[in-house]
Amino acid sequence: MILQIFFIIIAVVTLVSAIFVVTARRLMHSALWLVLALFGVAVVFAFLEASFFAVVQVLVYIGAIAILIIFAVMLTRGIMDEKGPQLNRGWWVSGVASAALFAGLLAALGTWAGFQTGPGTAPDPAILPQFGVDLVDPNKFAIPFEVASILLLAALVGAIYIAADKKGGKG
Amino acid sequence: MDINVLTWLVPAFPLVAFFLIILFTNRSNRVSHTVALIGAGLSWLACMVIFVQALAAKDLAKTPFGSAISWLPTGDTALKIGVQVDPLTTVTLFFVAWTVLMIFIYSVAYHNYGAPKGDNDHPGLPPHGATEKAKGSGKKSGGGKVHMVPSVEPMYSRFFALISLFAFAMFTLVVSDNLLTLYVGWEIMGFCSYILIGFWYAKPSARDAAVKAFLTTRLGDVFMLLGLAALYSVTGSLSYNVIFANPNLLMASSGILGMSKGGLIGLLLFMGVIGKSAQFPLHVWLPDAMEGPTPVSAMIHAATMVSAGIYLALRFFPLASLGWVSGGPLTATMTVMAVIGTFTAIFAASIALGQNDIKRVLAYSTISQLGFMIAALGVGAYVAAAFHLVAHAFFKALLFLGSGSVIHGVEHGALHTGEHVDPQDMFNLGGLREKMPVTFWTFLIGGFALSGFPIITAGFWSKDSILADAFNNGQYVVFGVLALAALLTAFYTMRQITLTFLGQARTKSAEHARENRWVMLLPLVVLAVFAVGFGWVGIPATFPLLGGLAPNWFGSFVGSMLSAGAPAEGNSLVPLLTSLVVSLGGLYIGWLVYRDVKTGEPDPFQKAMPGFYKILKNKYYFDEAYAFLFIRPARWISETFSYQWIDKGVIDGILHFFARAAWVIGSVFRSGIDTPVINGAGDALSSGTRGLGGVLRRAQTGRIQQYMIIAVLLVVVVGAIFYSFLALVP
Amino acid sequence: MIPLYWFLAFSIALFCIGLFGVLARKNAVAMLMGIELMLNAVNINLIAFWRYFFASSPQMDPTRPLAFVAIVFVAAAAEAAVGLALIISVYRRRQTVVAEDMNLLKG
Repeated sequence: MILQIFFIIIAVVTLVSAIFVVTARRLMHSALWLVLALFGVAVVFAFLEASFFAVVQVLVYIGAIAILIIFAVMLTRGIMDEKGPQLNRGWWVSGVASAALFAGLLAALGTWAGFQTGPGTAPDPAILPQFGVDLVDPNKFAIPFEVASILLLAALVGAIYIAADKKGGKG
Repeated sequence: MDINVLTWLVPAFPLVAFFLIILFTNRSNRVSHTVALIGAGLSWLACMVIFVQALAAKDLAKTPFGSAISWLPTGDTALKIGVQVDPLTTVTLFFVAWTVLMIFIYSVAYHNYGAPKGDNDHPGLPPHGATEKAKGSGKKSGGGKVHMVPSVEPMYSRFFALISLFAFAMFTLVVSDNLLTLYVGWEIMGFCSYILIGFWYAKPSARDAAVKAFLTTRLGDVFMLLGLAALYSVTGSLSYNVIFANPNLLMASSGILGMSKGGLIGLLLFMGVIGKSAQFPLHVWLPDAMEGPTPVSAMIHAATMVSAGIYLALRFFPLASLGWVSGGPLTATMTVMAVIGTFTAIFAASIALGQNDIKRVLAYSTISQLGFMIAALGVGAYVAAAFHLVAHAFFKALLFLGSGSVIHGVEHGALHTGEHVDPQDMFNLGGLREKMPVTFWTFLIGGFALSGFPIITAGFWSKDSILADAFNNGQYVVFGVLALAALLTAFYTMRQITLTFLGQARTKSAEHARENRWVMLLPLVVLAVFAVGFGWVGIPATFPLLGGLAPNWFGSFVGSMLSAGAPAEGNSLVPLLTSLVVSLGGLYIGWLVYRDVKTGEPDPFQKAMPGFYKILKNKYYFDEAYAFLFIRPARWISETFSYQWIDKGVIDGILHFFARAAWVIGSVFRSGIDTPVINGAGDALSSGTRGLGGVLRRAQTGRIQQYMIIAVLLVVVVGAIFYSFLALVP
Repeated sequence: MIPLYWFLAFSIALFCIGLFGVLARKNAVAMLMGIELMLNAVNINLIAFWRYFFASSPQMDPTRPLAFVAIVFVAAAAEAAVGLALIISVYRRRQTVVAEDMNLLKG
């Protein structure tokens, strides 16, 4: 009971802040609302007993990505009129599309049999260290792990190169 | 050698000479005339051998020498051609061989063999002389002075080649045993006369004369060919022995003018003779043929071509005289021949009175004498006609060559003095008796023979026999007119001799004329011998005093050709006296009138009868009449009718019409189908694609948000479709 | 006890809000924020399904969906980095971050 209420509160907070993210007039406000939304998502992760990921969410998303976004906002500031409209001209079509997608997905979800499934048994806490071992186990997830690291490397190099200042940049 | 082979060889020698000269020896004058002379000489030799053997043969007319080969297969049988030697052939070969050889020898000197090349001589024009520096103290040149001498003919070799061809044609005609090869020889002679009359082809008058000769004789030849075709269809052959073997075939009526078939064929063949022997009305080519060199004139008008016409007439005499008996009425063909012959004789003789050119007088004289021969045949005097043919060949060739000698000598005088006179005009001559004695005496003999000077000239015997036969057969009209023509003949002949040789020289060129070299004079002498002596082989037995002294060899020899027998021999002295009177009288009057003509004086005849003289001088205006009646319409037909109206108007008009129609159709296709439909389709496709592209381009705004909106909407739509219709989501 | 569909509905809603932000915002950086929201919605979806079906299942390795989630995290991070680098580069060139103005692909 308590959990349900708690969950609803957290979900509402997250959704409302998400709505503010997409409708805030000033970009910096939008970024800060994003931080809040991400935080709410982390709490939902904790609800789902994926504690590791809740922490990772805070660390990575909020600590790195959201900060990065704030940096970008600040680096590109001053061009747009922050008092002007933030939504482009056809925003109502986008709204219709999104709403249609939402409705459609919900309707499709409604016919699914496993809709009403309860939570079931809790996971074994020893899963987490096991997960860590599995990440480097060549029979398990070593390859995806390495691929992910290469992906990050590529993104890293690429981002630096793209964003480098050509005059005195990467060299 | 077998006489048949020899007979085949007679035409072959000059033919080989012709080809050798044309192909190989054209460059060298000496080799060319040597080849030609050898050719003519070998033919002469062969003819003499044949002549001797023919004299020794018995009954030659019935069993002539000869051989034939099958030539053209025609179904089961074959057309045969071959050679034949019967009495007529023999005497013809005799005179042809002699005259041809003499003319060949004469031509060497006439064309100035050995003389230097002329100053401005071009092939195609007569040679005009070369300047020569006299060497040392020449009598005539005054030591060191430059003067003109005659130059060598530039086309010397060509001349000899062509007269060799001419000789070949004549020999072929004479030795052939069928009318087909005769016709071949006939036509080749026509061609040779064309090319020899137009020998100096750069002269327009020569070219025109050559064309005139060819076309006029051609006109006669068309009818002759019709006659040949008719003969072949009636008798099935063209060989003499077949044609004359069965008179009944030819006696059948042809249905035309009541003539028998033979008579009709004879008439058609006679028209060929009219053309070739220059009888009225096709006589117009012969005087113009004087444009050729004199040896050519001699050959054509004495020895060969015109004689060929009479030879043919003699050959088909059995056809013409079908149904005629001696003393009876003449057949239709014979009447035609007699009328035309007689008329031509007097007609041409009268024109000769008004001519001033030496050669032209002789030309009309030839026409007149041929008329005598045709008239003789027309009244049935076969032997007399043949006799006159041979005699005429000798003395006319002599006269032509003599006139050539005169012209040559006077030209030399003209070159020497630098005077520009026409050496052929008799009124520029005179007094040549002292300057050119051999020429004078031989010419005199020839002229007397032509006039019929009694006893010692062949012409007397031959002409007398014609007049006698005409009189004895009762053809008094023919007799009278021919006697008158003989009178005119003697008159104009003496006119010619007097003006040319007697009296005083009328121009400086005549004063300085010089006798020619022996090469030119030898033929004259030889022919003079024949002109004198030939008559004595044909003295009729009924002649007073002399008759019976020598057998009438000619009469019996040639007379054997006739199956119907010789015409009646009468005893009347009237024809003899008449011929004596006309010949002596004519000669005397001619000498009287013309002996005192001085330099620059006009013709006494003209003074006496100016109007009539003008008509005669202009040849009765026949050339002008023919030009008006025939030439101008022919011109009109070809230029206006055929060319302008039909060729350019109709045919070109049709072509232009087709061209325009095609063009119109093409442009209709282009503007109606090609451009709008096909081009239009292509253009429409491209512009349609561009338009469609332009329309569709608007979807590419470059804004990804719009792309994503569309993607999301599509996902929703497709998902809805899948979900509702396909139940993809369980 | 929270039924599964609460989580799923939540994640759908978050996703659609993020979608709206991507489609409707002018600023490119704001578009990226929308993308982050969408990625987070996906993560929630994955973890919800893991918790409710696979966390203690005997047939399958229970850590397998977690690897998937980890990879999604990594991908999101990489993509955010590169995307922002791109935006900064474009900003340097064209002095604009309005998504509508970046229309060089216009046909």
